[in-house]
Amino acid sequence: MALKSVLTCRTPFTLSKVLEVSSGERCQSTSASNIVVQKVERGGRIDRKLEGGRAAMAGRAIARSNMRAGKRFMSTAGWWSHVTPAPRDPILGVTEAFLADTHPSKVNVGVGAYRNDKGKPVVLQCVREAERRIAGSKFMEYLPMGGSVKFTEFAIRLAYGDEADVLNDKRVASVQTLSGTGACRLFADFQKRFKPESLVYIPIPTWSNHHNIWRDARVESRLFRYYDPATKGLDFSGLMEDVKNAPSGSFFLLHACAHNPTGVDPSEEQWKEISQLFKEKGHFPLFDMAYQGFASGDTEKDGQAIRIFMNDGHQIACGQSFAKNMGLYGQRVGCLSVICSTPQESVAVKSQLQQIARPMYSNPPLHGAEIVSTILSDPELKDLWHKEVKEMADRIISMREALRFNLEKLGSKLNWQHVTDQIGMFCYSGLTEEQVDRLTREFHVYLTRNGRISMAGVTTGNVEYLANAVHEVSK
Amino acid sequence: MAVAVDVSKFESVTMAPPDPILGVSEAFKADSSPLKLNLGVGAYRTEELQPYVLDVVKKAEKLMLESGEFKEYLPIEGLAAFNKATAELLLGADNPVIKQGRIATVQGLSGTGSLRLGAAFIQRYLPGVKVLISSPTWGNHKNILNDSGVPWSEYRYFDPTTVGLDFSGMIEDIKNATDGSIILLHGCAHNPTGIDPTAEQWGTIADVIEEKSHLPFFDVAYQGFASGSLDNDASSVRQFVARGLELFVAQSYSKNLGLYAERIGAINAVVSSSDVANRIKSQLKRLARPMYSNPPVHGARIVANVVGDPSLFDEWRSEMQLMAGRIKGVRQSLYDALSSVDENGKDWSFILKQIGMFSFTGLNKNQSDNMTDKWHVYMTKDGRISLAGLSLAKCEYLADAIIDSYYNVK
Repeated sequence: MALKSVLTCRTPFTLSKVLEVSSGERCQSTSASNIVVQKVERGGRIDRKLEGGRAAMAGRAIARSNMRAGKRFMSTAGWWSHVTPAPRDPILGVTEAFLADTHPSKVNVGVGAYRNDKGKPVVLQCVREAERRIAGSKFMEYLPMGGSVKFTEFAIRLAYGDEADVLNDKRVASVQTLSGTGACRLFADFQKRFKPESLVYIPIPTWSNHHNIWRDARVESRLFRYYDPATKGLDFSGLMEDVKNAPSGSFFLLHACAHNPTGVDPSEEQWKEISQLFKEKGHFPLFDMAYQGFASGDTEKDGQAIRIFMNDGHQIACGQSFAKNMGLYGQRVGCLSVICSTPQESVAVKSQLQQIARPMYSNPPLHGAEIVSTILSDPELKDLWHKEVKEMADRIISMREALRFNLEKLGSKLNWQHVTDQIGMFCYSGLTEEQVDRLTREFHVYLTRNGRISMAGVTTGNVEYLANAVHEVSK
Repeated sequence: MAVAVDVSKFESVTMAPPDPILGVSEAFKADSSPLKLNLGVGAYRTEELQPYVLDVVKKAEKLMLESGEFKEYLPIEGLAAFNKATAELLLGADNPVIKQGRIATVQGLSGTGSLRLGAAFIQRYLPGVKVLISSPTWGNHKNILNDSGVPWSEYRYFDPTTVGLDFSGMIEDIKNATDGSIILLHGCAHNPTGIDPTAEQWGTIADVIEEKSHLPFFDVAYQGFASGSLDNDASSVRQFVARGLELFVAQSYSKNLGLYAERIGAINAVVSSSDVANRIKSQLKRLARPMYSNPPVHGARIVANVVGDPSLFDEWRSEMQLMAGRIKGVRQSLYDALSSVDENGKDWSFILKQIGMFSFTGLNKNQSDNMTDKWHVYMTKDGRISLAGLSLAKCEYLADAIIDSYYNVK
């Protein structure tokens, strides 16, 4: 197959036949790179820009100069002429662009990291204290593949409730993961390995990295309706219809609270109905919980969906992240738990999750897990944490109110009720891509192109400017 | 609380086998014999057989605590200061490759994570290309390649008759591989054998690789830890780079900085141009994002702080020399004990010729089992012992165990 032979050409060898290049001989120039491009185009599936040609020529330039210097350069076109530059990550790329902007009024409402009212990053006091206690510790040895047992025990108590039967029955398999991303990826790989024919249903819209994760795990995905642009709320009937129509035993990715990017969550009643329908269909619920405590300010309340499903007897899986609710973004602390039918099964499931982790990173990083364990094991620190997470949630809620108030004050004819109805870090503004581009170009306001505003980046200092900018592009 | 489902969704999930390496420590912990010795996992121990947190690490952590660092997300490619430091440590700060921007460096989850990124990249951009791994090699190499969907085969490496390198076998197998294969090489302190090619042999290996247009992929987990010198231990990689070869390198700071638990390492691609380097870096990021989004910050900051401060860097060098020195001392003591206990005059000098944390004793599976069952010496079944877990005080006991297992068990 022509495509494969070029891509796997280990270029110097095969290409040397094409380009008639061997050591010491001069290379053909542009005609050769065109041959490469033609062959690639016949194949079709791989990116087909002329990067290959450019890189090949650069490689040859170096080769020629090195050859003149008496040094043979291994690869002329090199191995990597077919490697194109990856597109910028849509979320993380926003912050990169923001940092590069020198405008004094620039506003970053892109990435979902909490900021205080001065727009500064925050390290929680409980975290600082925990960090102080563990610094200079004697222990830096490898954690087990499943991570810190102490940490996962605290994590699942937080997710399922201290008194949960599933915990007392020891039916929960849990492993420490690389934050929420790592939890999702570990589950996706596990799903692929043990339910290879299963599909995953992903809400429209969702955090963009969810699609990357299940795609790289090679699990086929489908979409289910979630957000209703007309109401800027939940498309409940659409959701229920899609759940009903999915083949029995499908895997569904659900956001436990503070849906990212919309901020739209089902009500308690709606969660109960969804749970019942899942039972009828034998579907598998996978919860991504990245904002427990951060959404309403109350960890119990934010875990309500999980408790509803758990009490209905579902064997759920739950990915937790401590990036936002403990401000441990950079430490990459998370947990994946799976409710099983028996303790033995939970041991087997855990062993298989570890088996997937071992060739990915061997064992997870210690520091963040130690911080979380220290906080959750100390009643005073735990109380302090609850207080601090409520403060963060309250500030977000007050910024929502302020943004809506300002938009209405400016005389916007649009309905901005969703700004205060939605919950959590993000507001799905309803702005179009063109309007978002204008916000960035004209007003130096940075957000993702789906119109998602990170309320954490809004302050009393910039809310009026932001409201004005939004009003200008949307009136 | 009754379970809603009749048949569990996970009915079919079987118990995974214990990891052959990490499982050893678990078995050791369960043993109550006072004589027990853990020569399983490769984590450094002091003469008192205690874990060792390097002084420079404690100092760096203290500095970090005092400066009150934020805990924001790192970029996908990791901490810039770390990436710069690690490339310079690997190639030498003055290396033209660095000045020319021809190296792409992405922070990875220690050696494992860096190898995994490299393997995932290979699967995507060189689909069907085979990776050749040494026989034997670190067990997790196979898992990493398997889970990445990259085919592999083995090249001869360990010669049981000499308990040394099967150099002609190695060269033959690399020559016989399809042109443009990928050759996974241990930069120094081969795991599990402890047997490294000489500088001259590295030159021949590079010749063959060049001739066959193979891509070298170095696993560098012991830079500084093997000989005590960062530069010496990187000489194989630097030799290849100086010849103008493109190559991949996975690095780990688990052993040389004792940062096992913080998962800090890097995947590097040395390539023909800075343009290629940038493209490869962008695609490595694209592979990392759906694995863990961005790497953990703590270990990266420690490395950057240690390397960035001249006095801490010097102190680190001394501590590495100490660790490597202790290993060398233990090798000598074990050799002496074996030579004096052995009545049959077997040549045990391979213990002295091997380098790094591990020694391939030449014991087979049954003999290794005897080491554990009779002598409570925990090691991996391939005959590998971790000298990092051996103290001078225990050398005689270990020699007795080895002699007994070697001669009395088939």
